[in-house]
Amino acid sequence: MTRTRLVEIERDILDKNNGIAANNRALFIADDLLVFNLLSSPGAGKTTLLVRAVSELKCSRWVGVIEGDQQTSNDAKRIQAAGVPAVQINTGKNCHLDAAMIGDAYRRLPLLSGGILFIENVGNLICPAAFDLGETCKIVVFSITEGEDKPLKYPDVFAASSLMVINKIDLASLLEFDVGKAIEYARRVNPKIDVIVVSARTGEGFAALYAWIDRQAGRQRRAFEDKGR
Amino acid sequence: MAICLGIIQIVEEKVHERSSSRVRSICLEMGALSHAAPEAIRFCFAAAATRTVAEGAALNIVELPGVAWCMSCSKSVEIARRGECCPCCGSYHLQVTAGEQMRVKELEID
Repeated sequence: MTRTRLVEIERDILDKNNGIAANNRALFIADDLLVFNLLSSPGAGKTTLLVRAVSELKCSRWVGVIEGDQQTSNDAKRIQAAGVPAVQINTGKNCHLDAAMIGDAYRRLPLLSGGILFIENVGNLICPAAFDLGETCKIVVFSITEGEDKPLKYPDVFAASSLMVINKIDLASLLEFDVGKAIEYARRVNPKIDVIVVSARTGEGFAALYAWIDRQAGRQRRAFEDKGR
Repeated sequence: MAICLGIIQIVEEKVHERSSSRVRSICLEMGALSHAAPEAIRFCFAAAATRTVAEGAALNIVELPGVAWCMSCSKSVEIARRGECCPCCGSYHLQVTAGEQMRVKELEID
C-alpha cells in the first residue's frame, strides 16, 4: 500500500536560472565588467543603436556583444562589421535568453576586463523581463513609432529596467508622439526609471547615453569598494 | 512554457530525492505582479508534464495579491497590476513590495 506524503518545497520556479545568473554576475564583477541587457519589441532599433554605441565606445574601452535572435546571425555580423567581437545565440523556439546561454556565450568572447558587455535580448517585451542573466541592469529600448502607452501595455519590462531609451526621435516631426506622456506612463510603472531620448540614426542623445553608462561604472566601482571594506 | 518546465524540473528533483514515483498534486504560489498568469500556467502545464513524473498531477495555484508602498500617502496598499495608481490617494508613486513571487510551495507524492 502506498502512503501519500506532503513535501514542503518553497522554491522559486526560476531558481535554476537565478543560480546561474548569480554565477554569471560574480564572474562579470570579477572581470570588472559592466553588462547591459537590452530589451525591446522587434524593430525598436536595438541593433542600430548598438552598432553606433559600440563603434564610438570601442575607442576608449573593451566592448563585446552577445546577440540573441530566434534565427540568423545577421545581427552579430553587423556588430562584427563595426569592429567589435560578437557572439550570436539562436534561441530556436524559445522567446528569451536565459542565464545558461549567456554563461556559454561569454566564454566564447575575448576577455573584456574593465569594459562593457551588451546583451541584445530577443525582440520580445514579455518573457525576457522574467529572466535574470547576471547583468548589471536591464535597459528597455522603445521607439516613438510604437506609441506612448507601450509602458502601460507591457509594464513588466519597464518595471524591471533601470533605463528607458526612447529611440527614433528624428521621426518626431512626422509622428505625433508625446515624449512627456511616454515618460509619465513609464514612471507610473517604475517611478525610478531613468530616461534618455536618442536617435540611433543621427546620433542625437548618445552623449547622454555614454554619460549614463559612465555613472553606472562609477556606481559599480563604489559598490565593489564598499564590499571590499 | 519555460516556467512550466522549471516547475517540472523542481518536481522531478524532489521526487527523485524521495524515491517516489507518483505526484498527486503540486501547489504553486503566484503573485498578481509575477511574470506569468495562472491561466497560462494551467494551459501549458499539461503539455509540459506529459511523459514526466508530474503527468496527471493536480495543479493547485494559490494566487497572492500585489502589494505596494505608496510614497505619497506612506502606507501599504493592494494593487491588481503594475501601472495602477494608489487606491487611497491616486498617486502613481508606488514601490512594489510583494506579489512578484512564482514559487513551488509543496507537493503531494506517493
